[in-house]
Amino acid sequence: MTVRVGESANAPSFPKAALPLLDDAQLRKNVRHATDVIQHKRAIVVAEQKDWQQLRDAASAIKEHTLRHLDHYLLEFEAKCTAAGGQVHWAADADEANHIIIGLVQQYNSKEVIKIKTMTSDETRLNEALQEASIHPYETDLAELIIQLGHDKPSHIVVPALHKNRMQVREIFQQSMGLPNLGDKPEDLTAAARNYLREKFLRVKVGVSGANFLIAETGGVCIVESEGNGRMCLTLPDALITVAGIEKVIPAFRDLDTFLQLLPRSATGERMNPYNSIWTGVHPGDGPKHFHVVLLDNGRTNILADAEARQTLNCIRCGACLNTCPVYRQTGGHAYGSSYAGPIGAIFTPQVLGMEHGQSLPYASSLCGACYEVCPVKINIPEVLIHLRGRVVREKQSAANLEAIGMKAMAAIFKSARRFEAAQRLGRIGQWPVVSDGWVKHLPGLMGNWTAVRDLRAIPQQSFRDWWRTRKKESGQ
Amino acid sequence: MRISLFITCYNDTLFPETGKSVVALLERLGHQVDFPLAQTCCGQMHYNTGYQEEAMPLMRRFVEIFKDAEVVCIPSSSCVAMIRDHYPKMAEATGDPALIRDTEALLPKVFELSELLVKKLGLEDVGAYYPHRVTYHASCHSLRSLHLGDTPLKLLRKVRGIDLVELENVDRCCGFGGTFAVKNMDVSAAMLSEKLKDIENTTAEVCTAVDNSCLMHIFGGLHRQRAGVKTVHLAEILAATEKSSR
Repeated sequence: MTVRVGESANAPSFPKAALPLLDDAQLRKNVRHATDVIQHKRAIVVAEQKDWQQLRDAASAIKEHTLRHLDHYLLEFEAKCTAAGGQVHWAADADEANHIIIGLVQQYNSKEVIKIKTMTSDETRLNEALQEASIHPYETDLAELIIQLGHDKPSHIVVPALHKNRMQVREIFQQSMGLPNLGDKPEDLTAAARNYLREKFLRVKVGVSGANFLIAETGGVCIVESEGNGRMCLTLPDALITVAGIEKVIPAFRDLDTFLQLLPRSATGERMNPYNSIWTGVHPGDGPKHFHVVLLDNGRTNILADAEARQTLNCIRCGACLNTCPVYRQTGGHAYGSSYAGPIGAIFTPQVLGMEHGQSLPYASSLCGACYEVCPVKINIPEVLIHLRGRVVREKQSAANLEAIGMKAMAAIFKSARRFEAAQRLGRIGQWPVVSDGWVKHLPGLMGNWTAVRDLRAIPQQSFRDWWRTRKKESGQ
Repeated sequence: MRISLFITCYNDTLFPETGKSVVALLERLGHQVDFPLAQTCCGQMHYNTGYQEEAMPLMRRFVEIFKDAEVVCIPSSSCVAMIRDHYPKMAEATGDPALIRDTEALLPKVFELSELLVKKLGLEDVGAYYPHRVTYHASCHSLRSLHLGDTPLKLLRKVRGIDLVELENVDRCCGFGGTFAVKNMDVSAAMLSEKLKDIENTTAEVCTAVDNSCLMHIFGGLHRQRAGVKTVHLAEILAATEKSSR
């Protein structure tokens, strides 16, 4: 099975990938600014929702229930969608999903598609597959358009171009749209995008979308967005193809009551998204004549099989965990080497990559817990990160590595107070070559990573337990 | 009250002053402190780094040593978080009914220092005197695992002579994160740099917290920069009196 999550197959480890980003002053300023703005807006609209915690509980319970009965709800969705005139396809992995979509586009005799932002198609690298089949994809979400025209990669699951500022967007539009005199006001930029996109909306016969929710009860699909470009993609083409991960299904229409209160507030700090589209099958004389849904597994059933990590599939892709993450704040999304960045990417990517390449990602977190606190579906991301770290350690067990040897030695020391005290003494005596004036400034090996950026206080001459013993003796106890 | 002290492995080794201060403070408040010498480490570093198997015997040790305690005081919110968040599941995984029972019974008796003082003992004014400009760094575990909120600040506000100044972005991680600090040293350094900026903006001479682990990282950065700001564990501020400062 070929599983792909964006570019991760060849991506460097997180600490390495972070380096050029940490040095990119403009990017870091843009990421800090954008995440601060969204977090501020989110805090206001979350605070006014008095039953926020109950909503989180409800959403988490709905997701847990759905995942436990995923087979049932997926089949129900297929039956209802088919009855409404849609056609459902099942894709085990990214290649199969791309193959199905390419076949459909060719069936409708089109050489191009318009796309509303879909992270799932980023995950399968659909655009590359389409281009290999001589089909041109046009991204129509403004941020995805900026990414596509700038030959860049998304750095956020909701705001893919948040690492670019207005001036940088202007340059991309100037060059790619042939508009040397384009201004940098928001109105100038949106007008340029509108002119560029309108013509595509009216011309291109096939649309490709993602999905926020698949409604099992009705066979309907729901997408929320801010620009209305999605609405154009969903209504104007002759044929519409929706690609969605199997975890996107929810049991009933009424469940949207919970999710549509949580999602916009968490994602963009809005009470409601400007555009909420829900469609079911096809309707003569109204919207696309042909409607297809491609249900994608791509490693998701492996996650489902792991009881401790299953909650990963609760995710509704709001991006709140990225915005609040102090690690993401420093690097932006590209360091995560995948379509899914930030804390959710750090747990999702390694699981669908069979733990081979994503081994550094579970460690790309200080376990500060801010992600769990904001998650609208209560994914305990730190808990899953620790669980995945356990898997990394077990997989590395066979190879002799310094970290494992050191950790095991320390565990053996901590198993006995006598050994612990001996180690304290050894450290106190052995540290003299590296101590100067009570501080350590250079350490060898892995601990050199500590002193590379910070000083370390030397081990004091008397441990607490030694002091305690002396005190006891002196007081004659 | 008879209070059993779990000092934590790194405080024992690197920050004995914190332990001495806890003892001085609790004894001043009329309590009897007990320090079981068999104690070592709660297993947090192993557990959080992925060496969960290695952490198991350390969990067993802790429960065995402290199960008969009246109250356990720990001057570190992250070690308390390790015990509260992970011990029940770890005990469960052993399938040992006695261990599961002992762990369950022990957990409600385990307190972080400021939690013990404010929530268990109902104190805010502990009679401390500390004539310095101080800012308080809220560690992530104190906020999001123990939900301490401003509990430590309640104690600090009652300290005589103190000039307590609020730290901006107090809920943002300092970038320590245990082995994160060495595994991702560059990102950790970037996070630290933001935290140091906030600390320096307060013009405080002392930054305090309930965790020496964050403070080791923060002080390490301040000292490397020769910033002239030091870090001091909350216990040391609360233990200080007019008598001791003379």
